[in-house]
Amino acid sequence: MNAYGRQLFTAVRFLLCTTLILGLAYPVLVFGLGQVIAPAQANGSIVSVDSEAVGSSLLAQPVTGVDFFYPRPSAVEWDPAGSSPSNFGPNQPALLESIAKNRAEVAAREKVAPDTVPIDALTASGSGLDPQISVAYAQLQRARVAGATGLGEAAVQELISKNTNNALVGFLGQPSVNTTTLNAALIQARRAR
Amino acid sequence: MELNAFALATQVVVLIVALGALHQPLGAYLAKTFTSHKHLAFERVLYKLSGVEPRADQHWKVYLRSLLAFSVVSIVVLFAFQLLQGVLPFNQGNGTVDPWVAMNTAVSFVTNTNWQTYAPETTLGFGVQMLGLAVQNFLSAAVGLAVVVALIRGLVRAETSNLGNFWVDVTRGALRVLLPISIIGAVVLIITGVIQNWGGTDIHTLVTGAQQTVPGGPVASQEVIKLLGTNGGGYFNANSAHPFENPNAISNLFEVFLILLIPFSLPAMYGRMVGDKRQGYTLLSVMAAFWIISTALMGWALAAFAGTGTSVGEGIEQRFGANGTALFATATTLTSTGAVNAAHDSLPPLGGGLALVNMMLGEIAPGGVGSGLYGLMVLSVVAVFIGGLMVGRTPEMLGKKVGAGQMKLVAVYILVTPTLVLLGTAITVSIPALAAAAPAEGQHGFSEILYAFTSAANNNGSAFGGITSSGPGLATMLALAMFIGRFLPIALVLALAGSFAKQRKIPNTAGTLATHGPLFAVLLGGIVLILTALTYFPALTLGPAAEGLLK
Repeated sequence: MNAYGRQLFTAVRFLLCTTLILGLAYPVLVFGLGQVIAPAQANGSIVSVDSEAVGSSLLAQPVTGVDFFYPRPSAVEWDPAGSSPSNFGPNQPALLESIAKNRAEVAAREKVAPDTVPIDALTASGSGLDPQISVAYAQLQRARVAGATGLGEAAVQELISKNTNNALVGFLGQPSVNTTTLNAALIQARRAR
Repeated sequence: MELNAFALATQVVVLIVALGALHQPLGAYLAKTFTSHKHLAFERVLYKLSGVEPRADQHWKVYLRSLLAFSVVSIVVLFAFQLLQGVLPFNQGNGTVDPWVAMNTAVSFVTNTNWQTYAPETTLGFGVQMLGLAVQNFLSAAVGLAVVVALIRGLVRAETSNLGNFWVDVTRGALRVLLPISIIGAVVLIITGVIQNWGGTDIHTLVTGAQQTVPGGPVASQEVIKLLGTNGGGYFNANSAHPFENPNAISNLFEVFLILLIPFSLPAMYGRMVGDKRQGYTLLSVMAAFWIISTALMGWALAAFAGTGTSVGEGIEQRFGANGTALFATATTLTSTGAVNAAHDSLPPLGGGLALVNMMLGEIAPGGVGSGLYGLMVLSVVAVFIGGLMVGRTPEMLGKKVGAGQMKLVAVYILVTPTLVLLGTAITVSIPALAAAAPAEGQHGFSEILYAFTSAANNNGSAFGGITSSGPGLATMLALAMFIGRFLPIALVLALAGSFAKQRKIPNTAGTLATHGPLFAVLLGGIVLILTALTYFPALTLGPAAEGLLK
């Protein structure tokens, strides 16, 4: 075997051995550590209502009707089988159209003036699965949800506060409300009544 | 979304403090790792099984041949792995990958680019992700480390052509450096919410009762090396914008830290290996200056666009906001990472333009793992050469003459990437069938194509995602750009290292241009800027600059 052949043969064997360490032993070890140290997170931060799994607190869900909080628009219709942004350019007509359409929809649903709708309610997130909305968008939806559920504004406000991210996370990113956990809390509050 | 400048500045300060505390210890560890003569027990087993003679000191040509053999084998194996996915276990129901996509992906991951022309969720199962892609995340980063270590040895050694042993360097880079940090980092990521499991959870959604499967997979183990190795290939299509890859603003900050950790620690390794810490500090200060200024400019680009036109929101995650987006987008494009936590395609024109410029700088601030430092060292040779011309002396770099032979290698190195970027972009825009892959109208379509070739040739891997690169034409052209953009510069760097190693060391004299200190740092920074501006200014004018002005 010449020098080139020998190098290639070495390369194949080296790749095989390192694959066993880095591709198999390593992820299995991390899996084990995850299950011991933080099993809830490692398994997808699953949210349950009455011990029935209803979703992940990190992922947005599709919402219909008037008695829940809506997440941001999504380029993948909130289906976690995929994830994608719209990839509209910043000045592209398609983006302007989509913003105008969302603005009209939200304004009609919440019965407010179109220019009061916050930007996060008009734009799709980068993943299409972001469950977080701005505090302003949550406040915009509060009256509708309080009325439709009959829970009252004060009770709904308390749930919004409980599902707003903590001060540190809100500072590093921005203050946000998690619609998935908020909607789960709404269901529980209504069942408890 | 408004930019909170105070929050952005705070996170930059946190990163400066953390990296400032760690770069010397990690640099010392790196220097010790790559200069030690001891082989650990499990390494000896690995060498024995692979047929490696670890004591062999390789001529630079043998070093290069080993590197190329290893990379070509890796590409072929990864390509075959994807084609055979349908009949192999752990495919989660995903079948054979389209051959053009598989070819592009194999080249992409082995070259440390991680351009993703496929949607992982619907293309790849655990097997290919874990045993194929994640392994290359480690190994391609270790190859980058090996090359920069070989270049430094070229400067340190005298009257030899030998640069060390490629197999030993890659093994140590992967197993002694990347693996331990990855294990710790993966656990941190899991605590913040990143998943690590072997299957999804079936649920019925709260409101609509729709049946969904919360995705599963070995994500944390792949996520950490994706960032630490400045690779950038996401487990999910949305990359670090996906909540399971990057759950909140804290994980976001940690991920940026992982991206910057090794590139910012390599100058300390360099300083120690050449026996003069000032050399390392000088390069570090150039890297840091570019990073801080660029982050501030990205913040400004996002802040200035908020409230105007379409404002800032499309493609940005609510949980990171404009601050978290500016921080991540700058770090990922200044290194060769290319992971994204927002849709770069939807960034304001000047923000997207800045991401492009960051890559066009040649990814040296701080750059990819290994590739950032060797890129900046090559530019240092240019600075030394120009400085030498100014004072009228034969230029020297750390006691090694920079003559015509060295400058030829350096000149070709500098020309490789711009040639690939501009030629690839020009060919694509002039063939309508290829240009149709970027459907956005006007300047933005041009920006998408320019971004794709800049990203590929610089081995970054981020994208203006509106472009479709899975067809045979673009998949092949981008794969070529990635392959040549990675291995031709590496070959030139190793040749340069060999030519330095062969020389005797000349003692410093009063007339020697010092390669440390503020004067040299400014000279080097200026050369970086001038080379970029002159090369890319026309293309940038046609794309993002025109978009920013015409809106």
